[in-house]
Amino acid sequence: MEILVCIKRVPDTSENEITLNSAGNDIERDDLVYSVNEWDNYAVEEAIQIVDRVGGSVTVVTVGDDESEEVLRREMAMGANNGLLLSDDAFAETDGRGIATILKAAVEKGNYDLILTGAMADDGAGQVGGMLAAMLDYPFASVVNKIETGDDKKLKIGREIEGGNQEISEIELPCVLSIQTGINEPRYVGIRGIRKVASVEIPTMGAGDLGVDAGALAPKVKRLDYFVPEMGEGAEMLEGSTEEIIAKLLEMLKAKGGLK
Amino acid sequence: MAQIFAYIVHKDGVADDTALELLTAAKKIDPAASVTAIVTGHGAELDAVANEMAKAYNEVWKFDNPALAYPNAELVRPLLVKAVPSGSIVLIAHDTFGMDLAPGLSIKMDAAFVPDVADIEGVDGETLKLVRQEFGGQVSTHVTADISGGAVLTPRGGVFAATESGVSGAVVDKSGEIGELSAKRRFIEVVAAEVGDVDITKEDVLVSIGRGIEDQDNIEIAEELAKAMGAVVSCSRPIVDAKWLEKSRQVGTSGQTVKPKVYLACGISGSFQHLGGIKGNPFIVAINKNPKAPIFQVADVGIVADILEFMPELTEAISEAN
Amino acid sequence: METVLISPAKAWLFFIPTWIFSFLIPVIGVAVFTYLIARRLAPLVRAAPDRRFDRIPGRLKQVLKIWLAQWRQPRYRLAGVLHIILFAGFLTLSIRSSQMVILGMVDGFVFPGFGGFVGVGYDILRQVMATAVFMVVVIAAVRRGIFKPARYAVPARYGKDHTAEAIFVLGLIGILMISEALFDGSFAAAAHQKGVHAEILVPLSLAWIFTQMLASTPVESLQSLHLVSYYIHDLTFFFFLCFLPLGKHFHVVTSIFNVFFMRLDKGNVKPVRYGVPDDKLDDLESFGVKQIDDFTWKHMLDFYSCADCGRCSDNCPANAAGRPLSPRFITIKARDQLFESYPVYPIGAPFTKASPLIGGIYSEAEIWSCTTCGACEEECPLGIEYIDKIVDLRRGMVDDGNVPQSLQKPLSALEKRGNPWGKMEKKRADWAKNKEFAAECEVKLVAAGDTAEVLYFVDSITSYDDRMQMIAQATARVLSAAGIDFAILGKEEKDSGHEVRRFGEEMLFQDLRAHNTEMIHESGAKRIVTADPHAYNALLKDYRDIPPTEHISQTILRSIREGRLRLKPIDTEGRIYTYHDPCYLGRHNGLYEDPREVLDAISGLRRVEMTRSRDRSFCCGGGGLMLFYEPEEEQRMGVIRVKMAADAGANVIVTACPFCLVNIEDAIKVAGLEGQMEAIDLVELVDRHIERVG
Repeated sequence: MEILVCIKRVPDTSENEITLNSAGNDIERDDLVYSVNEWDNYAVEEAIQIVDRVGGSVTVVTVGDDESEEVLRREMAMGANNGLLLSDDAFAETDGRGIATILKAAVEKGNYDLILTGAMADDGAGQVGGMLAAMLDYPFASVVNKIETGDDKKLKIGREIEGGNQEISEIELPCVLSIQTGINEPRYVGIRGIRKVASVEIPTMGAGDLGVDAGALAPKVKRLDYFVPEMGEGAEMLEGSTEEIIAKLLEMLKAKGGLK
Repeated sequence: MAQIFAYIVHKDGVADDTALELLTAAKKIDPAASVTAIVTGHGAELDAVANEMAKAYNEVWKFDNPALAYPNAELVRPLLVKAVPSGSIVLIAHDTFGMDLAPGLSIKMDAAFVPDVADIEGVDGETLKLVRQEFGGQVSTHVTADISGGAVLTPRGGVFAATESGVSGAVVDKSGEIGELSAKRRFIEVVAAEVGDVDITKEDVLVSIGRGIEDQDNIEIAEELAKAMGAVVSCSRPIVDAKWLEKSRQVGTSGQTVKPKVYLACGISGSFQHLGGIKGNPFIVAINKNPKAPIFQVADVGIVADILEFMPELTEAISEAN
Repeated sequence: METVLISPAKAWLFFIPTWIFSFLIPVIGVAVFTYLIARRLAPLVRAAPDRRFDRIPGRLKQVLKIWLAQWRQPRYRLAGVLHIILFAGFLTLSIRSSQMVILGMVDGFVFPGFGGFVGVGYDILRQVMATAVFMVVVIAAVRRGIFKPARYAVPARYGKDHTAEAIFVLGLIGILMISEALFDGSFAAAAHQKGVHAEILVPLSLAWIFTQMLASTPVESLQSLHLVSYYIHDLTFFFFLCFLPLGKHFHVVTSIFNVFFMRLDKGNVKPVRYGVPDDKLDDLESFGVKQIDDFTWKHMLDFYSCADCGRCSDNCPANAAGRPLSPRFITIKARDQLFESYPVYPIGAPFTKASPLIGGIYSEAEIWSCTTCGACEEECPLGIEYIDKIVDLRRGMVDDGNVPQSLQKPLSALEKRGNPWGKMEKKRADWAKNKEFAAECEVKLVAAGDTAEVLYFVDSITSYDDRMQMIAQATARVLSAAGIDFAILGKEEKDSGHEVRRFGEEMLFQDLRAHNTEMIHESGAKRIVTADPHAYNALLKDYRDIPPTEHISQTILRSIREGRLRLKPIDTEGRIYTYHDPCYLGRHNGLYEDPREVLDAISGLRRVEMTRSRDRSFCCGGGGLMLFYEPEEEQRMGVIRVKMAADAGANVIVTACPFCLVNIEDAIKVAGLEGQMEAIDLVELVDRHIERVG
């Protein structure tokens, strides 16, 4: 099975507080480190496991600048066979729809049976997979947490739906799936693995190579600014010594029926 | 002004909580809008939902077909593309069904798409101004959408208070317009989450723990507090991912929906996926050592403290009081 | 002179002279034994290289001490003494046994030099030893068969019970002793009857007892008994020889070699592959041990040498906490796999293709469960090593991407930010900038251009953890009070990588080491001091070409001795202190006394020792990445340790390692001993008792 996994390089914000830059138009990125979007990493692992089972190859693709090569290499060190960097100045200011447009052009340059994306990334939008599927007229499923391969025409998939339940369906190939974390346990990529692929040439394609018209990338949705929402709206902050706080809290809990 | 539609998610003949929230969101775009609800499904359950929606929405479009009995976005999407006039604004709740349906719908309608809308600030000409959150809710952002060609928006559940409009709308049966339904994705079954030893959905008081618990062994500290309070322990997703507690203990959109009276959020940052699982407007006490944790925005009472130190003291104080 | 009894060298069985049997039995025995040894050596020849022919004097010393003098045996009193007797008996009787073999062909054979007084002396000695060995066999059989010490039990998940093999071998040894004594006894009884002078028999020795018992047995019967006992001895001897390479008694043959080749250093980790320099590691096809043939030949020799005594596992904290790790079975399972992959029967059977060890004989959890505390290696009477094997197996897992999610996050944070929490580099020196602290103690920052004589290497946990930052501050105050000019690297310091290396991520470790080495050189410091034994061990054993490094306990002790640091009497009453030896300070670096002397320099401090202290210290749960690993276990090691302190009558546990402090403080809470037990770092205790002048 030929699998394309769309990945994104994102700042790793799990351990560090995010602050805004002085202009207020972006987050402070100076001290941030970047890595591959967590959901995408699960998608790549899933693709590698599928190829291990049924054969084929995994290609990882990202839209970004030269620095994005780093995440492609990391996923190649994991076991993806090919990398593809889609980079062009014209891609810089676009929106999710534009990204999907660029990816669609890349998909059409190849011959893929299955396209995976992460269920969401740093912006929490979770839009590119569904858009890409619609542009390609491929069936789509989001928040997929299980993939079973059967014949080469279709897959049996599970989606993580509300209430912790799993919705099982059958989907025809080719299709686009957005992958939820927890679908597998991604393998570790060590320094050694990354060094092994350090000198592999990663092809880069620009707007011209892809035949993407800059007009098609004009964003319909634009981000104006970043701001930190007002703190403590609604929450009455209890202050003082621990004993004082606990005394107040106990009183409140009693009143609200929180103590039996 | 463009026509506004709201796609209603329902189950077992009852509309989801988000059904009326979408109406609020629509009114924030255009207070004068006549909003049309769209319900798809089959049989008596569908009729019940349609009639329920007619009490809030001016008009309800009903699409009845046996193939729609289980909501399959791959079937619903072409149906909406056909039924909804171009240039319209379609609101869909930002849940797992919305994530399936909405992005592709925006492409097929050639409309702007804004997912996971946290607030709507209003319309200026052809430009809609909204608020979203990024980086797991740590920062917010204003975005503008060019809605000249229509828009698909997925408002976040729980942030727009439900509207009780009390209108008497009409149910229009559009089943005849469905045409042929076929999709390359076929629903097979729903595998129910495993039920654990306790049913957190039926508890009045929950001591809920998140990443702040740090270590599996510390869960005992939470259990002791819960015992003292007569409560049970629930948790956020990372705790289940770490396999420290069973899936049945997880509160959130990908876990259980709970309706307690009192909710003690201990070391939980408060992602909207987690908050999405808390219904019924409980009294929320948030304890977190990060004073900037988003949980403090939704909690009734906030305490900045290390839960590993605070919880045992609280347990002791409760035991002493008894 | 009258012939007392016809010797096996001259007897006839029907029409065949019996010397033919005496000749054939050893020839066949030695041939079979040679074949078995050749098969056993086959995997060692194909194994990974090792470096064990260096430092011969040191190795000979180990042979004398650990092999010949059985140095580690008495650590288990009864079993140790029994073994020493057996071992001494085997050494003594090996001469007699060889003589016996030749006696079957050459009547009256005596080894050159064993005539006269030497021979008489030896005869007395061998009789005493044979009797002693027989008694030990009986005691050991009763002990194993009836009392069954828990240490020998084989948990179901590790296979079948080994008692039968042990009893069988004891039986063989018993037969050897009895048959030899009957051979002597029948001869002496006959000689007595014929009034001929016989050799002296030691009263109450086995042979003497038999002589008494056989005093009135007819000479014809004694003749038969003499010959039969000889051949029973001969057959048993060669059967036993050939049986040795088939099981745990192979150690009888291999132990001398195993001890000769055993590791001479502590605290270090073997290179990924001997003979491959660091800059050529990228060219290696595969890293670490993935299948049995990837082990080094010494590690395979370890597998052969295990006597199944169970002392390693008896001391293993992971095993005690119910983790799925028992070092004994790391060895036994590998030995069984080697035996299976290189079969001795049918003769010349092909070697089977090796299969992955992880998921085969070992589980992932088993290999990640080890804290590398070194208790097993400290105990093994045969010099079997475990840490290098565990690290090699982990290297293999890391190379395959087979790393638990709980460890992937800290590893990736270490790669990106130089600390396992992923905290920002610029916050590494925040502990020194804390206002209250900075007001009383100024810390120089190399990152800010300062220089100093001594570099204080803080390492990650002490830099970032809220609680452990107090150790950093205490260390800084103590250094200042001792008048030591010191600086820290600040944001230029990265994790020492001690656990990174021991968790198998060698390349990441080398990156961290390269960075720190450069920064240490740039700092211009002449000496390094650290309060973290893991950093201490890393700088000492894993880093190269850096200034001399010492642990803060050494610095403190020297400062006290030189009078630069004065300590006040103890400031608390009713406290009983006990010192917990951190593995990487004690076992791996032999620093047992310095911290204790520092404690004793605080007058009035009451100190007790836990039963398990010094080289038998019980690991608190492990440091570095082990804090992140989520083991399957029944209880925490730390809890077991805290209870040991309570049993010793202590209510304050003093340690000298931030990881020990984390684990023990947590364990006190988990054990419900808050208020009754507390933990403190040595530096903090010293800091509180500094006599500040003026």
